[in-house]
Amino acid sequence: MSPAVAKFLAMGGYAAYVWPAYAAAVAVLGGLLLWSLGAYRRSRRELERLQRESGR
Amino acid sequence: MTRKRRRLIAVLAGLGMLGIATGLVLSAFSDNLVFFYSPTDLKTKPVPPGRRLRIGGLVEQASVQHEADGKTVEFRVTDGKSDVPVVFSGALPDLFREGQGVVVEGRLAAGTLRADTVLAKHDERYMPPEVVDALKKSGHWQEGEAQR
Amino acid sequence: MHRFANPARFMRLSAAIMPWCAALAAVLLGLGLYLALFVAPPDYQQGEDVRIMFIHVPAAWMASFVYALMALASAVAIIWRHPLADIAAQSAAPLGAGFTLLCLVTGSLWGERMWGTWWVWDARLTSVLVLFFLYLGYIALVNAFDEPGRGARAGAILALVGVVNLPIIKFSVDWWNTLHQPASVFRLGGPTIAPSMLWPLLVMALGFMLFFAALLMVRMRTALIAAKVRALRLAEVERHAAAVLTPRQAALP
Repeated sequence: MSPAVAKFLAMGGYAAYVWPAYAAAVAVLGGLLLWSLGAYRRSRRELERLQRESGR
Repeated sequence: MTRKRRRLIAVLAGLGMLGIATGLVLSAFSDNLVFFYSPTDLKTKPVPPGRRLRIGGLVEQASVQHEADGKTVEFRVTDGKSDVPVVFSGALPDLFREGQGVVVEGRLAAGTLRADTVLAKHDERYMPPEVVDALKKSGHWQEGEAQR
Repeated sequence: MHRFANPARFMRLSAAIMPWCAALAAVLLGLGLYLALFVAPPDYQQGEDVRIMFIHVPAAWMASFVYALMALASAVAIIWRHPLADIAAQSAAPLGAGFTLLCLVTGSLWGERMWGTWWVWDARLTSVLVLFFLYLGYIALVNAFDEPGRGARAGAILALVGVVNLPIIKFSVDWWNTLHQPASVFRLGGPTIAPSMLWPLLVMALGFMLFFAALLMVRMRTALIAAKVRALRLAEVERHAAAVLTPRQAALP
């Protein structure tokens, strides 16, 4: 690892606080995103299936 | 339309009552909502010795003394009018320095607060070091704005 | 107002707006991340730890904003019975709870080194924790009833009652001595934050806002589609029942 990257990752000695904070942001926002999109896809598939069946 | 109007008035009246009730409760308990007292509060309303209390203020300039054991530190907390001597041994927060706002928690003994916790207060200023240096050079820098 | 409360109209409008909103959110969050981690300078007192602020402050703003929106939607639902208002409030609640959790976690990570503690029971921290429990209580209450309409009504009332907490959160740092510092951006006399840090913060905050708007539309569309699915199923069941009943009735003398 180059010294510049190591220095960046060290965050001036606050790596153990800064990186968990950004990880928490990714986890919370990413979790909400995946959860909401999953439910959206499932509901759309269900509606299409029902409309196809009732269309027959 | 009249049912809607009635519901609108009910909601607004309910919120108004709730606001008034909350305001009354908060003002009645406001002494307990305060996180810390100032050194002047301490002088005007004496507390029984041995009771735990929190005092907030600025670390007085040139008052910090580190003891020989390397752990114990003595300093004075001031609000500009009065000050209280504090003794503490333990790890200090990163923001602790002279002129910084702090909240110390402990028991009074012979006029000195024996603290078991020292918390640093951060003020509302966020600035890069170069800007602070420039402000200091031009004389526009105000050290540690008065903490209430 | 009624024009926008029309579910069919909402489905059409949101289908057009949502992709743009999502794309802009992705761009702003990416740019905000870059500005926060690489461009913004370290603080004169906090050093590199100040970078936590670029997550913490937008999350805190959104925590209060989403609650205000949820309470407004609840008021509209109670007073005007608009079909979309309950759906908007219920779709917003988990997002608001997420922002509040993120605000509490990042604040704790920041406080440990700067204040010297993960948590204190001062007026600001406590009132934000109360906000988190208001969100959880709302979600639990809405789902506690077998009949969705009653759950929505009970939740709307709780959301309105909880509004008193919002001014307490905002002004707690001015009204009482708290460990938490006063406002730096939305204050009389202008921001006390250097422009080189304010810009990354505002980009990030706008990114959070658009992320919320896009997800709110996704969740509201999900709820409307689910309602349609329920209606279709019900119609199916009724048709079956009719098909089963009619021949027998016809056979009766």
